[in-house]
Amino acid sequence: MMEWLRQSLGRIWAIAAKEFRQLGRDRLTFGMVVGIPLIQILIFGYSINFDVRDVRAAVVDDARTSGSRSFLAGVEATQVVSVVARLRSPRELEHALDSGEVSVGIYIPPDFERRRLEGSRPAVQVLVDGSEPTIESVVRALTAVPLVTRAGLYRNEVRPVEIRTLYNPERRTAVQIVPALIGVILNMTMVLFTAIAIVRERERGNLELLITTPVKTAELMTGKLIPYIIVGLIQTTLILSVGKWLFDVPLAGSLLDLYLAAALFIAATLTLGLVISTAAQTQFQAVQLSFFTMLPSILLSGFMFPFDGMPQAAQAFAQILPLTHFVELVRGIVLRGAELSSMPVQLLKLAAFFTIALLVAALRFHKRLD
Amino acid sequence: MNLAAADEPAIRATGLTRRFGSLLAVDHVTLAIPRAQIYGFLGPNGSGKSTTIRMLCGLLRPTEGGVIVLGEDVTRNPEAVRRKLGYMTQRFSLWEDLTVLENLHFIADIYGIPRAQREARIRSRLEEYNLGSLRAQRAGTLSGGQKQRLALAAATLHEPELLLLDEPTSAVDPQSRRDFWESLFALVHRRTTILVSTHYMDEAERCHRLAILERGRLVAEGTPRQLAADIDAVVIEIEADDIEGARRALAAVPGVKSVAQLGTRLHALLEREVADPQGAVRAALVRASVQAAVERTPANLEDVFVAATSKNTANPGPARAA
Repeated sequence: MMEWLRQSLGRIWAIAAKEFRQLGRDRLTFGMVVGIPLIQILIFGYSINFDVRDVRAAVVDDARTSGSRSFLAGVEATQVVSVVARLRSPRELEHALDSGEVSVGIYIPPDFERRRLEGSRPAVQVLVDGSEPTIESVVRALTAVPLVTRAGLYRNEVRPVEIRTLYNPERRTAVQIVPALIGVILNMTMVLFTAIAIVRERERGNLELLITTPVKTAELMTGKLIPYIIVGLIQTTLILSVGKWLFDVPLAGSLLDLYLAAALFIAATLTLGLVISTAAQTQFQAVQLSFFTMLPSILLSGFMFPFDGMPQAAQAFAQILPLTHFVELVRGIVLRGAELSSMPVQLLKLAAFFTIALLVAALRFHKRLD
Repeated sequence: MNLAAADEPAIRATGLTRRFGSLLAVDHVTLAIPRAQIYGFLGPNGSGKSTTIRMLCGLLRPTEGGVIVLGEDVTRNPEAVRRKLGYMTQRFSLWEDLTVLENLHFIADIYGIPRAQREARIRSRLEEYNLGSLRAQRAGTLSGGQKQRLALAAATLHEPELLLLDEPTSAVDPQSRRDFWESLFALVHRRTTILVSTHYMDEAERCHRLAILERGRLVAEGTPRQLAADIDAVVIEIEADDIEGARRALAAVPGVKSVAQLGTRLHALLEREVADPQGAVRAALVRASVQAAVERTPANLEDVFVAATSKNTANPGPARAA
């Protein structure tokens, strides 16, 4: 029994060591291990930005009081809008909005001071270009709190003090994106790496030799997974470090919890790669199948769009995807400081995915050519 | 290995059949391969050599029939013989991005060769197959002959009782082929059984026994000498200046199964039933006024091969061994 175990571990180790050695020699793959996370975090971290800043605005100040001037200065100080034009009449303002020159128009009526004192009618009108949903929602959000009366779809009242406190856009998006980005990047690279690692051996004929040796299917698969789990953890570290260094993403929870969750997620995505490898005959097919699984993961996992806003069917489908559960876990740990033990459902779902996928892969992978 | 098993053939296949969809790749092959000999599979591409070898080592399951390899039923339990079996694939299937030494280390570890013996074993293989100076070289950069020596070194690292070689010399120059065969005889001398598939006549000639396969069927079997003696045809050699004229004249002779050119000579295979084959050929050449020397010669292996394979082309649907 001990002898059997020793031999089995010896074979797993031999395969893992060989895989590591090949990984080190394959410059492209090695570059992908480091390059993909770096490029992705830079692209996503900087470009996926729900903060809206410097929206082009035009102003008509018919009051011309010190109060109106300080109000406008306050609006500009938020950096949400930048005033690019000062116009003479509401008509010109509407024209500027129509032509797309500006996205926001601010109108201060002549009786601004009186309205402000009475408080029964809006003191300032903000006209927003509703054709751009993000801008509309941002400006809307910034005006929501001090609203006294709603005067139609595009017309809202603004109070400068509230604008500043409500809208502090600097950090929010990166903080939300980066932790989930760990999942997206791991999902992308891990599935691809394992799928290719096995299909490449099939394509090059190595597998035909391997399956005539005493190596067992489970040993072959384990040996193939080990190096990539380590690669995945290296990538996790890389993303976390860059996230902290460039985007100042704090870690509210425990680092150990984060790594445990990441390891489980990595194992789950790797087995997905194994399943793909049993279906694909060529590396090209493996790449295609990997991308086929990636897009739904990114779109449906809650990484891009709020999970609650999705239709019921999409939510149900997203339950199959490991990324969905990992996004919840990682946001919980990094942002809310949650403990791993407080999220057993997500952990169980990931573990279930891993077990089932591994079983499917092992059953589909025969030590035969037919 | 006990003594009773020693007399038992290394491989015994019965009615071995494999279909791929509607294609019948191997058609009821029955054979016994004795131990400590080189047994050859001779046949053109697509004759079922590789498929048969893959069934023998458990890589493919037979559609029908069974195989006993080294006393184990391979179709039921392919793992049982894995340790006693070495397999060299048609394509180089070691890792091209690993060095010679790394490849051998990996194979040694996969077969669980104890560390104590591992280095000595690898050193002896490097020496035997002349790979010592290449030990640090990546396998992908080796020449065809070097790759094949490495593949043989890897396949014999765990000292298998049975070695299956699927067209091992197809990408190798003649000198390397000679050396390779010397290595095979050295292995047989150490009581290894070798099954080798080839489409080279000179290699087939070197085998102890031979099976000729054609379109999945076993069409002839025996020692090369036996096969030549038992050939189901008469071989007439014609030496002529006007080879084309001689060829045309032969086409008119009844009972000619095939004609093959060897330089300035033709080998014509005639059916045994022809009463005076030499006379018939001579008469035909005289009628066509072709100057030629006509002689009856013993069959070579190529003649055997042509006779065995043309028989089935002429008569598709031969009686099968039950």
